[in-house]
Amino acid sequence: MNEAAKKLSVKAVSKYYDGTPVLERVDLDVETGSFCTIVGASGCGKSTFLRMLLSQEHPTRGEILLDGNALPEEPTPDRGIVFQKYSVFSHLTVAENLILAGEFEKSPFTGKLFGASKRAAIAEIEELLERIGLSAAANKYPVQLSGGMQQRLAIAQALVKKPSILLLDEPFGALDPGIRVDMHALLLSLWQDLNMTVFMVTHDIHEAFKLGTRLLVFDKIRHDPQAPEAFGATITYDLPLAAPVTGPETIDPETIAGSIASKPAANTSNPSNSKQT
Amino acid sequence: MRIINRKPSRVTALALGLLPFLATVVTYAIASHYRRLENPADKLLPSLESMGAAFWRMAAVPDRRSGDLLLWIDTFDSLWRLGSGMAVSTLLALTIGIAIGFIPHIRSTLAPYLATFSLIPPITILPILFITFGLGEVSKIALIVIGTAPIMIRSTAQAVLDIPREMIIKAETLGASVWQMITRLVIPQVLPKLITALRLGLVPAWIFLISAEAIASTTGLGYRIFLVRRYLAMDVILPYVVWITLLAFLLDRLLLLISRRAFRWHHLGGDAL
Repeated sequence: MNEAAKKLSVKAVSKYYDGTPVLERVDLDVETGSFCTIVGASGCGKSTFLRMLLSQEHPTRGEILLDGNALPEEPTPDRGIVFQKYSVFSHLTVAENLILAGEFEKSPFTGKLFGASKRAAIAEIEELLERIGLSAAANKYPVQLSGGMQQRLAIAQALVKKPSILLLDEPFGALDPGIRVDMHALLLSLWQDLNMTVFMVTHDIHEAFKLGTRLLVFDKIRHDPQAPEAFGATITYDLPLAAPVTGPETIDPETIAGSIASKPAANTSNPSNSKQT
Repeated sequence: MRIINRKPSRVTALALGLLPFLATVVTYAIASHYRRLENPADKLLPSLESMGAAFWRMAAVPDRRSGDLLLWIDTFDSLWRLGSGMAVSTLLALTIGIAIGFIPHIRSTLAPYLATFSLIPPITILPILFITFGLGEVSKIALIVIGTAPIMIRSTAQAVLDIPREMIIKAETLGASVWQMITRLVIPQVLPKLITALRLGLVPAWIFLISAEAIASTTGLGYRIFLVRRYLAMDVILPYVVWITLLAFLLDRLLLLISRRAFRWHHLGGDAL
């Protein structure tokens, strides 16, 4: 990969919490337009990694470069985020949630638009509402929406500022399988249209294979049975995947997942460390 | 059917709710009746009629000395003191509470001080207030503020801390400044909880109001009941207590109604009380 194509570089990053390593020596280069899916056992630092990409947390050692420059120290509009919960503002209606970013930009003091300018802002997001299928729910509060509708809103809201990187932390973890398939289609079409780089943490290995152009597996390489906390996790597998297809799946993910799960036993000291996912 | 699964209808629920009130009135009337059988001049448990007459006298007959309708003067003065005190407390809760809850450096500076200050029994401050501000309105309002503001500030600060971190991060990624986050995220999220804090703060506020009026005042509901105590005028004291309770109840319901109207999103999830 040449230097110019690198969107994001993670260089020897480690993260410790109170002296306990969570992540150790993570190295990664990601090119523009990649869709990286991140899987791993619970507590192996996937979400920590994502939070570091967002600048919500900072590496204990090492550095993260965005377009060749150090990552800003706090969250900025060039990196959008969708959390599993609490992603949207509960006190605002669907439409108000979507115009909020515009209001912040146009009204520095109150952060709120009134009258004609508010109507204009709402007219601007009509197309977006249509696309995420929430036109009829424009004046409802998030608590009145289903889980799937809330997450569609969260994704749309995260994309309003046209971020070059979209971070997703188990965004569909609480949704029904049927709804998930619709969400996948929506997410892939938005990704293709907006030429974003996407990082998505998921527990669902099918989802990881279906959506990603690159699969990152986080796991501990070293394992001390007497002190399970002694070592942190890192990226143990970095698999390029075929570009996601929105049609019926051609490869059976279980076969690939199965072949990964059998491999780690060879390079770890403890066979019980093999992946559970 | 098990009793936990049997739910009263609306009419039944209303009737059941009224029952304890009715029982209290009936019990009182019976006790009063038998006491007055023994001693017709009994002052301890006056009859319902004599309390009604006394209440009417306070509300509708001008006072012989001043020519005022005492109940309304007392009510107006007390509510004015209560309202001023709670307005100041609410304003302090909103400004200092949000600053403490949202900005770590201010939290480190003020939170320990506030925690200590809120432990001072407010009534012990009253003599200091009387000496400093005199016996006028200021010291009474100040007592209400000192008695309610610290807990209201603390609960507002806690409400800010309880805003999910995800929402704050999301606002940052949408390009919000700190001030914009306060106006569009923190204040709207905190206001319904501030109203709850206000409703809870009104309970001690009434105590401090009545205490301050009892000690040094010339009008007010608290002043009146402590004044007529000298003549064992239970026929005035008991209706006044009921009247104060009714005012407190109406204020509480009014605030709840405002919260439901203004913050519909907060009440959609279904809450009670």
